[in-house]
Amino acid sequence: MSDQYEPNLTSTLVIERVFPHPPEKLWRALTESSLLAEWLMSNDFEPVAGRRFRFQAGAMPTWDGAIDCEVQVVEPWKRLSYRWSALGLDSVVLWTLTPVDTGTRLRLEHSGFRADQEKAYKGANYGWQKFLGNLERLLGEEVQ
Amino acid sequence: MVLSVKQAEAKPVFHALADPTRRGIFEELTRRGEQTVHALTRYAGISQPAVSKHLSVLKRANLVRHRREGRETHYRAEPEALAPVIDWLKEYGVFWRERFDRLESLLERMDP
Repeated sequence: MSDQYEPNLTSTLVIERVFPHPPEKLWRALTESSLLAEWLMSNDFEPVAGRRFRFQAGAMPTWDGAIDCEVQVVEPWKRLSYRWSALGLDSVVLWTLTPVDTGTRLRLEHSGFRADQEKAYKGANYGWQKFLGNLERLLGEEVQ
Repeated sequence: MVLSVKQAEAKPVFHALADPTRRGIFEELTRRGEQTVHALTRYAGISQPAVSKHLSVLKRANLVRHRREGRETHYRAEPEALAPVIDWLKEYGVFWRERFDRLESLLERMDP
C-alpha cells in the first residue's frame, strides 16, 4: 500500500497510510509496550499523559541510541502524541487514527518544532506552511 | 536505526524558526531581499532592540548575514542554511516509512 507522503520543505514530516484493520487494533499496536517494541523500538511506554519514557535504538559509536520522550496527549483510538528528543533535538510525534470504509487511516506528524503550547504552535504553523510554499519557489530559483 | 549524528546541526535552525516573529523576519528577508534593521523594525512592529535580538538568533543559525553601511546595518537571508532541516525531514521520512512497513506486518500477525 502506498503512503501519502509530503516531502516538501516543511518543518513537519507527514505520512499517512490506510491499514485494513479497525482503529482499536492499531491503537493497541501504538500503545502496548511489547507490541510497540515489535515494530518501532524497545521502550517503557505507558499511555498516560505526562509520563516520561524512553525508546532505545541500537547504540552507535557517537550516540547511545536513547530517545527521551514524554507523553502529551492520549485520546483512546483517536490521538496520541509524545515529545521525542534525540541527539539533543526536541521534536513532537503526533498519531491520528481515523476510521475509513476500508479500515483505519493512520496519520503521523513528526514536527521539528517543540510545541509546548499546542494552540500557539498551530497558529504559527499555518503561516509557516504558507511561507514554505514561497521559500520552495525561491530555493528552486537560487540554489539549484 | 538510520538517524545520523548530523541531525544535531538542525537544532539551531529549528530553534531560530520556532518563533513566529523570527519566522516573519526571515520570510520578509527571503521575499524582499536585503533590508535595514530600521525597515525590519517597521515591518515587525516591535522595538528595535527586540528585532536586533531576533536577528542575532537567526545569525547564530546562519539563516541571515549582515553588513554595515554608514550608520545602517543591512541583513539578508541565507536560505541554504535550511539544509539541516531538509536532511532531518529526509532521514525521518525513510525511518518512519520503514517502521510503517513493520507495523503493517505486525498487524497481520496480531489477533483481530
